[in-house]
Amino acid sequence: MTESNGIVLDVDELRMRYGSLDVLHDVTFQARHGEVVALLGPNGAGKTTTIEILEGFRIRSQGRVSVLGADPTHGDEQWRARLGIVLQSWRDHGKWRVREFLAHLGTYYAPYAVPGIRRPWDPDELIERVGLTEHAGKKLKTLSGGQRRRLDVAIGLVGRPEMLFLDEPTTGFDPQARSDFHDLVRDLADARETTVLLTTHDLDEAEKLADRILVLNGGRIVADGTAAELARRIAGEDEVRWVRDGRRYVDRTPDSTTFARELFARYGDDVQELEVHRASLEQTYLALVREAEGVAR
Amino acid sequence: MNATVLRAGWSRGLIELRQSFTNGAELFSHFLWPALMVATLFFIRDLSVGALLLGALALPGILGMNAATGMIGMSQQLTADREDGTLLRAKATPHGMPAYLIGKVISVSGGLLADLVIFLVPAVLLVEGLRIGPGSWPGLAWVLVLGLIATLPIGAVLGSVFTTARAQGLVQLPFLALIGISGIFYPITSLPEWLQWIAQVFPIYWMGLGMRSVLLPDAAVAVEIGESWRHLETAGVLGAWAVFGLLVAPVVLRRMARGESGSTVAARRERALQRVG
Repeated sequence: MTESNGIVLDVDELRMRYGSLDVLHDVTFQARHGEVVALLGPNGAGKTTTIEILEGFRIRSQGRVSVLGADPTHGDEQWRARLGIVLQSWRDHGKWRVREFLAHLGTYYAPYAVPGIRRPWDPDELIERVGLTEHAGKKLKTLSGGQRRRLDVAIGLVGRPEMLFLDEPTTGFDPQARSDFHDLVRDLADARETTVLLTTHDLDEAEKLADRILVLNGGRIVADGTAAELARRIAGEDEVRWVRDGRRYVDRTPDSTTFARELFARYGDDVQELEVHRASLEQTYLALVREAEGVAR
Repeated sequence: MNATVLRAGWSRGLIELRQSFTNGAELFSHFLWPALMVATLFFIRDLSVGALLLGALALPGILGMNAATGMIGMSQQLTADREDGTLLRAKATPHGMPAYLIGKVISVSGGLLADLVIFLVPAVLLVEGLRIGPGSWPGLAWVLVLGLIATLPIGAVLGSVFTTARAQGLVQLPFLALIGISGIFYPITSLPEWLQWIAQVFPIYWMGLGMRSVLLPDAAVAVEIGESWRHLETAGVLGAWAVFGLLVAPVVLRRMARGESGSTVAARRERALQRVG
């Protein structure tokens, strides 16, 4: 199998069943080269299961999956060298030191350098990129939660992956670290070398980082699109408030701009205290999750 | 298996070996066991068994026994590395698993070798009646190398099968019992015959016997089974364990590695925390 039309991630009717319990019902989506895709959903929605199947760590029950042109179940070492993986929590190699460990892991990727992709990432450069320069000599077990998480991301990047999986990457980050991390992912995306699939239950993060958001709930993809598309397509209604002749009015409309123009055309100067609340992604998301749960019951 | 894997495994092994000699707790354990053994030798050195001194008889046996403890070390480290996600990391890295195993073999056997030297140097000064010369080295080397090949893969299997630290504690009990019946501190011929047979199934007895054959004068053979050093049988039993381990370990390790994922590591930690809490 080869990658066709720049599609590096192709998931078709993926199902996962543990005994008689279906964890994933029908997960279908694609990601193109260089895209940042967020898999968003509440806890227990199946995000981690999905990402572990794509990483080749879990064997699916049914469906077709292709990652960088290969089935993860049969991915060879060369395939693995093109992946970067950041799991939810790592606490391995506690006695190793930051720089030592990154330099060591880098050596595994050196044989897989190809024209255009220099492997591995230089350890000092990478440490600086994730903001750990002053901790380079520290043992891993002495790092704080946030520092450890930055290192995890660095480890995921050390082989300059073409496909990067991030499972809840910013857990435990302070706002500064979170913002640094977002810059890093955006840079990767802008370089158009790495496709990123990240799971998160932080809506704000998905909106900031992702080109496209997939909402996973109850083992199904319930929405797929850009943040703006999602907000429009599902909740779809902006809220408009105004005051006329001392009375308050509230109305909902899919097109608030036209609505406002017509409002002024009709009442002119009588319209006061106009407020337009765009359909927010948060409302959309909550509506989606509620809706899907209603279906499940 | 290519040069990169070997090199990565080698450097992994050296780094881990260095770590085990640069942190307090492990450094302490590197010296504790040899120190206990030297103390034991000190108290038994002048007791005699027939024409032999017990000190001289026990020293080679202790060397053999110590080498066999590599099995326990391997098993425990594998369990710990599985619990903290080190194995999963290896799985996520290209050629990570073979490099991990090579590294583990190097760090465990390197640590053992160091422990043997730490024990041997003071012990040799303490004990009389050994036959140590330049001619002893090749003999020491083959017993040690074959013994490690016989025991380390078995350790890896135990580490894959017994997955919790608590289960690892249970593995140690039969191991200690085996040491007791393997003729390490006292000639095996003084034990009931059925116990002798059990001891002869396992590598510890043969590693001790091999070491005695190298380090003791010829007259000492009188207290051995059949009054012979039984080199062929030693090579045969250790060789059989080596073949068995090398055949079984890859299968068991592969099966164990296949089941590792982020959620299994997380679930195991959850259970461990519940036990503590």
